[in-house]
Amino acid sequence: MQIYLPIAEMPVDMLLVLGMGMAVGFISGMFGVGGGFLLTPLLIFSGIPPAVAVATQGPQIAASSLTGALLYWRRGALDLRLGSVLLAGGLVGTFLGVAFFNQMRRIGQLETVIAISYVILLGAVGLLVFLESMRALARARHGAKSPARRAGRHQWYEGLPLKMRFQRSGLYISVIPVLVISLIIGFAGAVLGIGGGFILVPALIYIFRVPGNIVVGTSLFQILFTMIAATILHATTNQSVDMFLAILLIIGGVFGAQFGARAGSKLRGEVFRLLLAILILAVAARFAADILTRPAEPFSATATETVR
Amino acid sequence: MRRLIAAALVMLVCATLASAQQRPAAGAPKKPAEPEKLIASLSRDRILIQSQFAGETLALFVVVADPPPGKSVYDAVVTVRGPRGAVGVRRKMQSGPLWLNLDNRKYIAIPAFLAVLANRDAAVIASEEVREDLRIGIQAQIPQQTAVRGANDPEFRAALQRIREEQSLFYEDFEAVNFITPNVLRTAITLPGTAPLGRYDIDIAVFNAGALHARKTLAFTVEKSGIEQIVYRLAHVFPLAYGILTALIALFFGWLASVIFRRD
Repeated sequence: MQIYLPIAEMPVDMLLVLGMGMAVGFISGMFGVGGGFLLTPLLIFSGIPPAVAVATQGPQIAASSLTGALLYWRRGALDLRLGSVLLAGGLVGTFLGVAFFNQMRRIGQLETVIAISYVILLGAVGLLVFLESMRALARARHGAKSPARRAGRHQWYEGLPLKMRFQRSGLYISVIPVLVISLIIGFAGAVLGIGGGFILVPALIYIFRVPGNIVVGTSLFQILFTMIAATILHATTNQSVDMFLAILLIIGGVFGAQFGARAGSKLRGEVFRLLLAILILAVAARFAADILTRPAEPFSATATETVR
Repeated sequence: MRRLIAAALVMLVCATLASAQQRPAAGAPKKPAEPEKLIASLSRDRILIQSQFAGETLALFVVVADPPPGKSVYDAVVTVRGPRGAVGVRRKMQSGPLWLNLDNRKYIAIPAFLAVLANRDAAVIASEEVREDLRIGIQAQIPQQTAVRGANDPEFRAALQRIREEQSLFYEDFEAVNFITPNVLRTAITLPGTAPLGRYDIDIAVFNAGALHARKTLAFTVEKSGIEQIVYRLAHVFPLAYGILTALIALFFGWLASVIFRRD
């Protein structure tokens, strides 16, 4: 069944888009990641203009992160204070990201920038998760316990000025590194159409040692608001947010996430992360192939202005 | 199909009337101008894009007022041209290990849609000179000059044509025009789902023995309608409101999901 997208100005197969939303929702429910890093490439590979694919991720991620954030909020597993600091950095990053996105689009390098960034980002994260899960699997086989994290040791960046107490997370650290990281993630989110949860969660755990039970809710809180901002900024500056596409993706994603969460609870942690790593690396490899191999059609044509 | 048959009947009636008008009736007032040599009718002159739009086929009927002289036959070339605009063509080139968009040309006044339909090979219908003169064929419709940057490069022009052909936005079909009778022809214009919006011109050229016999142009428009139009207008005229609305819709769905699937 075809549906015409008013902003992308092309018909798409409604069931295909719903299916993609559902598949990515399933994966995101299973692994607890946002799924933007999978959905944006899927949309691009299926012929949606990259600008529309990226910009339309905003509402899709906002919807799924609200569902998640509400869940953690009810459980009290959300550090509002830390979330607000993250948000401040995230908003600045989003603003810069949208400006960069528009500039790259103007000079015709947007697709290349998206491809290269995906290769670097997904390649690095995928590799880290892959190595970590292999190590965990090996440890599980030898019957050794995973080493406990040493508490009380402080890193140099935590002692920078502008220290702030985050009671909910039990932290007393400088806000500067928190702002820097959230700015980078906000920037990447706006340019690449990702929420950034798959970078923010490990960053909060490994760099700032935010307790595991609070980290997901807090990162969802930050992602929710940066994605609302990204939606509005993309809509006002490049008119590439497609409402119909967003609604289809959201509906598919909502259902997929429910089944994914159920399936995820039956999988073992290490196997789970290994699968996630393979998935991330596969997407990175697809983008790498795009920019590293001789293209079948080296030319591309874009209508820059049309008299209507 | 019913619509096609109905239109064919209408056109045949028109043809009869047209040839009747040709006979100088006694006592009739003198005609002020030469009668139209071609009468054309398009199945629709407005194509409205709604949410189920996935392309459209238009039927065009043309009646040539007088039958072909002697034992000769008519040939016809129908050129359909969408709204024109500037097109940037980019070429990926190897730079170190990467393939990047490093070279580009900008073409002005390129039709966003172009279909050249004929009853047989256009090269047989008329000489190259005549075709060049009437701008018949895809090549003739792509202006030579490029604007702003870079000299004209045949590789870029060929690429532009190739890309648009792959997108079904440019096509040549030399079997698409059928003569139902020696002076009535029918053709179908196929627009893909990605058809650009705007005004489309149809140029009908009828040839007899390699020379232009008659020519006529008509037009149709492709426009969004209904909810598609509302959403598009909102996004472009009130982008802030559109952005906020889209975000609110997203939040509503997110909230709804948390209520429906509440697990605690």
